[in-house]
Amino acid sequence: MAERVLMKGNEAIAEAAIRAGCRHYFGYPITPQTEIAAYMAKKMPKIGGVFLQAESEVASINMVYGAAAAGMRVMTSSSSPGISLKAEGLSYIAGSDVPALVVNVQRGGPGLGGIQPSQSDYFQATKGGGHGDYRMIVLAPASVQEMASLTIKGFNLADKYLMTSMILADGTIGQMMEPISFEDAEIETYEKPWALTGTNCERKHNIVNSLYLQPDELEKKNFERYERYKIVEENEQMWEEYMMEDAEICVVAFGIASRVAKNAVVAARKEGIKAGLIRPITLWPFPKKAMEAAADKVKHFISVELSMGQMIEDVRLYSGCKKPVTLCNRCGGMIPSPDQVLESIRQAQKGAC
Amino acid sequence: MKTVFQKPKSLTDAPLHYCPGCPHGIIHRLVAEALDELGIEGKAIGVAPVGCAVMAYDYFACDMIEAAHGRAPAVATGIKRCRPENIVFTYQGDGDLASIGMAETVHSAARNENITVIFVNNAIYGMTGGQMAPTSLPGQVTQTSPYGRDVKHCGWPIRVSEMLATLEGPEYIARVAVNNVKNVNAAKKAIKKAFQNQIDGKGFSLVEVVSACPTNWGMTPQQALEWVESDMLPYYPIGVYKDRTEGAK
Amino acid sequence: MKTTQILIAGFGGQGVLFAGKFLAYKGLTEEQQVSWLPSYGPEMRGGTANCSVVISDTPVGSPIITNPDVLVAMNLPSLLKFVDAVVPGGQIFIDSTLIDAKVERTDVKVHYIPATQIAKDAGFATLSNMVLMGKVMKECDAVSYAGCKETLEAFIPAKKANLIDVNCQALQAGYDY
Repeated sequence: MAERVLMKGNEAIAEAAIRAGCRHYFGYPITPQTEIAAYMAKKMPKIGGVFLQAESEVASINMVYGAAAAGMRVMTSSSSPGISLKAEGLSYIAGSDVPALVVNVQRGGPGLGGIQPSQSDYFQATKGGGHGDYRMIVLAPASVQEMASLTIKGFNLADKYLMTSMILADGTIGQMMEPISFEDAEIETYEKPWALTGTNCERKHNIVNSLYLQPDELEKKNFERYERYKIVEENEQMWEEYMMEDAEICVVAFGIASRVAKNAVVAARKEGIKAGLIRPITLWPFPKKAMEAAADKVKHFISVELSMGQMIEDVRLYSGCKKPVTLCNRCGGMIPSPDQVLESIRQAQKGAC
Repeated sequence: MKTVFQKPKSLTDAPLHYCPGCPHGIIHRLVAEALDELGIEGKAIGVAPVGCAVMAYDYFACDMIEAAHGRAPAVATGIKRCRPENIVFTYQGDGDLASIGMAETVHSAARNENITVIFVNNAIYGMTGGQMAPTSLPGQVTQTSPYGRDVKHCGWPIRVSEMLATLEGPEYIARVAVNNVKNVNAAKKAIKKAFQNQIDGKGFSLVEVVSACPTNWGMTPQQALEWVESDMLPYYPIGVYKDRTEGAK
Repeated sequence: MKTTQILIAGFGGQGVLFAGKFLAYKGLTEEQQVSWLPSYGPEMRGGTANCSVVISDTPVGSPIITNPDVLVAMNLPSLLKFVDAVVPGGQIFIDSTLIDAKVERTDVKVHYIPATQIAKDAGFATLSNMVLMGKVMKECDAVSYAGCKETLEAFIPAKKANLIDVNCQALQAGYDY
């Protein structure tokens, strides 16, 4: 077994990115993700990489766009207000079909909001954020180990499907330390014949572009892109199930909320309530397969979120509205306690009996 | 038969979409000639703007990318930092470079990013149909300053070259024009130098090309070139505003 | 299945986060499951600071501690804030040099340690945090006391290696109190 070391979640992302072959990082300071930039600033110059602090989030995502178009594994990281500013670039990157990794260590919103953990950028990450028809692969780590493993996975998926992978973390997972090992990191590499390398006067010029003034051409491009998205939806759903075999009450939670929810599920079982947990690891594609299977088995769903209730819409959608779905939430930087989740489970149990 | 004149290799065969009398065609050619003469067409990567030159990616034969409005210097930075051996240039208009993209412009200059910026200043937003630009002259009539640019209401036009020349960062800042043969020849020289600087690793080199927009200025091409001389150049004088190696002129 | 939830709270600058990290590293070297979660943000500078450490023989569920098994209070505001959250049967460690107050609860075990005074007298005035950790390690079985030096060697950066011995002395002073 590889050596276990204690690392902050944010640092784990940075180290994993370097191990995944990322040698270009462009960012702009914002709490609570600054450790990523600090780690990169320290490490990149020593390994022949580039760390550049841009003049704004807008500039940094466009530097990412350029570097991605040049065929490099590249990333940026930010937190909620900064991701809003990057939304323009995310749309261009999607429209140009180049791969990138973007980290959002979420904080409370809207507006300047706060700096404490939140999951209220779920809509922004999974439903758009930028303009136009596009998707991002959204990965939701629930531990420091997953901050690393999903970063590596995110780079692989981005290159495979020519799209942005977003790590949707939160301030808690970013700031906490847990043991982590970097064994068996599987780095996939893909040919990038479309990349801007200079023609060397040997081939027709490559163009990286999202402009299609003829509507039929743009439509065709979008159709093609969504065919690719369909493959992602079919092949890349990831989730964890906990005590779901005989569960009657199904708690759905991701990221830090899932850690709290797991404690509550254990406590509910002690009270004789058959509770279980589905933890989506990919938020897009949402684990539709798990939800469909659970919808036929369980009596009640509870969506536990650090928001006013965003994922709950997908819980309803993908369970086909077959069973009642209730919300257990805190927001603005507050986190539900295991007791609060347990109480929701008890209430659901009462309704289900 | 002897060939006495031909299209530069660095331009494709795609027909340009520009309006009759628009100097973009001349400026494209000057850039392409510079790439040809320096033998860097195969290494060049160009960044197209949003604005009239948005489809420059179809016209230049080198690898090209289309940036969001104003972001070309950031995109160019990303490319150059990944591929320092390549020659990276942006081709931007006044709205793109001096309004929405001013932060990217100033900071790439301050970093002395080793890229070449071709800045076409025609004092108007052409692509969207003739709105007031950050470089529109006082009193200039545009679609969004129908009574003439009132500086009390919307401020003064920005002299980009003079402003950037105050920065410690950039290597070379020059303003040229393309309103007559003499000026076109001088512009060619400046553009070539801006690319040579990048080859030599000297850093950020920007050439502001004072251009014309007959269509949106509501003039004939001839009148427009005359207006460049009579109105534009007095506000935007030709000259080398910064040259770290040889000194400003 | 054994899980210990430890909350360490005090002023910024008292070494609250470092003390927590030390316990987490100690747990790690013993092949236990651990998590360390700081309070973060502007309050880190001079205001109150706290960190939550969970040490367990099974994977850590929530790293957020609502009801600690162990509370280490390094100033009065922290004691007042968290005293009622400690689980019945839990333990509270108080730096009695800085905190005059007594705990009225009778369902918890309270240790009053003049940690700041002990540290000052022994010539390592800034290490009251580690004095307290020494006492915590003696009274709780979340991590063992043996091997502290190796743990410190593993996570104190080489350029600060001169601090390892004095940290060990501080731990010992607390352990012996």
